[in-house]
Amino acid sequence: MKGEGKMEETVIKASNLTKWFPIRRGFLSTLFTKRQLFVRAVDKIDFDVKKREIFGLAGESGSGKTTTGRLALRLIEPTSGNIHFKGKDISSLSESGLKPLRRKMQIIFQDPYESLNPRMTIKEIVAEPLQVQKSGNEDEIKEKVSKILEDVQLVPPQEFLERFPHELSGGQRQRVGVARAFVLGPEFVVADEPVSMLDVSIRGEILNLMLSLKEKFGTSFLYITHDIALTRHMCDRVGIMYLGKLMERGKTEKVVFEPLHPYTKALIKAVPVPDPTSKRSDVIIKGEIPSPVNPPAGCRFHPRCPVAELPLCSHKEPPMIDYGDEHCAACHLVGKPGWEKYMAGT
Amino acid sequence: MALLDVQDLTTHYFTLSGAVQAAENVSFQVEKGEALGLAGESGCGKTTVALSVLKILPQGGRIIGGKVLFGDKDLVTINEDEMRKAVRWKGISIVFQGAMNALNPVYKVGDQIVEAILTHETDVSGEEARERVGKLLETVGVSPTRANNYPHEFSGGMKQRALIAMSLACNPELLIADEPGTALDVIVQAQVLKLLRDLKEKLNLAMMLITHDLSIIAETCEKSAIMYAGRIVEYGDVTRIFKEPLHPYTQGLLGAFPSIKAARTRMSSIPGLPPDLLHPPSGCRFNPRCRYAMEICREKVPELIEEKGTNRYVACYLVNPS
Repeated sequence: MKGEGKMEETVIKASNLTKWFPIRRGFLSTLFTKRQLFVRAVDKIDFDVKKREIFGLAGESGSGKTTTGRLALRLIEPTSGNIHFKGKDISSLSESGLKPLRRKMQIIFQDPYESLNPRMTIKEIVAEPLQVQKSGNEDEIKEKVSKILEDVQLVPPQEFLERFPHELSGGQRQRVGVARAFVLGPEFVVADEPVSMLDVSIRGEILNLMLSLKEKFGTSFLYITHDIALTRHMCDRVGIMYLGKLMERGKTEKVVFEPLHPYTKALIKAVPVPDPTSKRSDVIIKGEIPSPVNPPAGCRFHPRCPVAELPLCSHKEPPMIDYGDEHCAACHLVGKPGWEKYMAGT
Repeated sequence: MALLDVQDLTTHYFTLSGAVQAAENVSFQVEKGEALGLAGESGCGKTTVALSVLKILPQGGRIIGGKVLFGDKDLVTINEDEMRKAVRWKGISIVFQGAMNALNPVYKVGDQIVEAILTHETDVSGEEARERVGKLLETVGVSPTRANNYPHEFSGGMKQRALIAMSLACNPELLIADEPGTALDVIVQAQVLKLLRDLKEKLNLAMMLITHDLSIIAETCEKSAIMYAGRIVEYGDVTRIFKEPLHPYTQGLLGAFPSIKAARTRMSSIPGLPPDLLHPPSGCRFNPRCRYAMEICREKVPELIEEKGTNRYVACYLVNPS
């Protein structure tokens, strides 16, 4: 799928990407305290998405995955850091400079019940990106819409064109969401938990549909999910996020089977396995994800980390280090005895 | 004798457009100290079964047939007064779906549990109740001092723990947990499931776990019932069902689950949609989506028949030709 001997083209490259949301304060508190507080949703992260690749972002809720996805498309402005789309820095482009690039970058939203305008027909929903981008006259647009509906297996298209979202099932709505994202033939698509709202029995169809569209259009994906089991089936590479930071990044098989970061290990151990005979682990890390307003100093995972070494982990922020074959992790303890023991456990 | 013995339970919701046949001829047993997992997709009637057992169906919902035997009582026939005094909380209690919203935001968590105890056990003094709340919170891994906090001061996992503590307040024999992990993150979900397993051991508690996530059942339950469109299609020993599913729906559902351990494959799915329960298909309700459907599947409802000597039941003509 990838490589084939030549240089792999990078579609999206994020460097030092940061988004801090200021916390709104009342009038009185602005008088009494000077300090502005921020939610540090995404804090200095680096990743890249190569051509025809699916890069997964996995993590718990509140870890900053969705914010990262929106930053990658510049749907929100980064606080600092850059996003390069095919070598071009899009973080400083003006809205009008960005518009021609928008057709190449699309998003599939999480909730197919909320992300389709209930007062528009399927035809209007899918045609809208084409109209905004002035892609052809009315007839051409109509043809393109029918074509893409066929591609997402809403067949025959005539039967769906004039219908409204409420007449469709959840799975069909998400197909409309996929059609809207792909109608412009994008090069890069952010899929933000595209199947988490759907029933298990129909998830596979939507995922396979995205995979076949990816092959057809040669699209690259940023796939956002909380389900690390799913990343194994979908993603070529994956990044694990925790409290706005990337903790680990690498090829999916490597990250899942030979994780380097204790958080990744904990996350994988916590995933329930649909096999009653498999040995379940009773060693579960304690606590819950802390507030991103006041993230812990040093390594953000250290208060919950089963092997944290103080004061090292609570004072110094671990840098992202490449351990070979693009497998990177941000942990001070890789290779130390305590770490070895924990990571070897089931 | 089983602790809970549900026989041919049929519950319909009467709406303006007709009767929604939410649960049809549902039968299963839960033994003392045993966990049963009730699984299925949204709208398959799992929650309806739980609400029927406790007789707390929303307006329009009515049990129109079958028995719910709990101890020596048939819960379907006993009156509301007895249900409240002898069964709810003391016999069977429920942890509702959505831990985030199930606590009252304007009362302290401890007071809410005290209220439950005082309402159902009139001979207990306030002091004793408070003491018991401390113990309960400790059992579920929350510091007893947190009883004085309001729900918004609790994290999601702690709220779920507090709800479990509340459900245990009157020492029930059977705990029904409706989607206990759904709104929680994986790690917190794993913590809560471990807590449920520990409680089951420690208190010899029977459990009925309602979930759409088969992995949760695999990790927690001895027995499982797979529901589709209001009917149980497969029921019995969890290992047998997961290792060797016989019903095409169970097979499809298990195939649709990505496993972190299994080989990387193309994801499978079941084509089509669950039926509208106002007008369910005749015969086996899965037949329009079933790739093996035969003539008879469209005509006659398959019965849940035991596979000889295995304690596993399947309702499918492929397995039990008529």
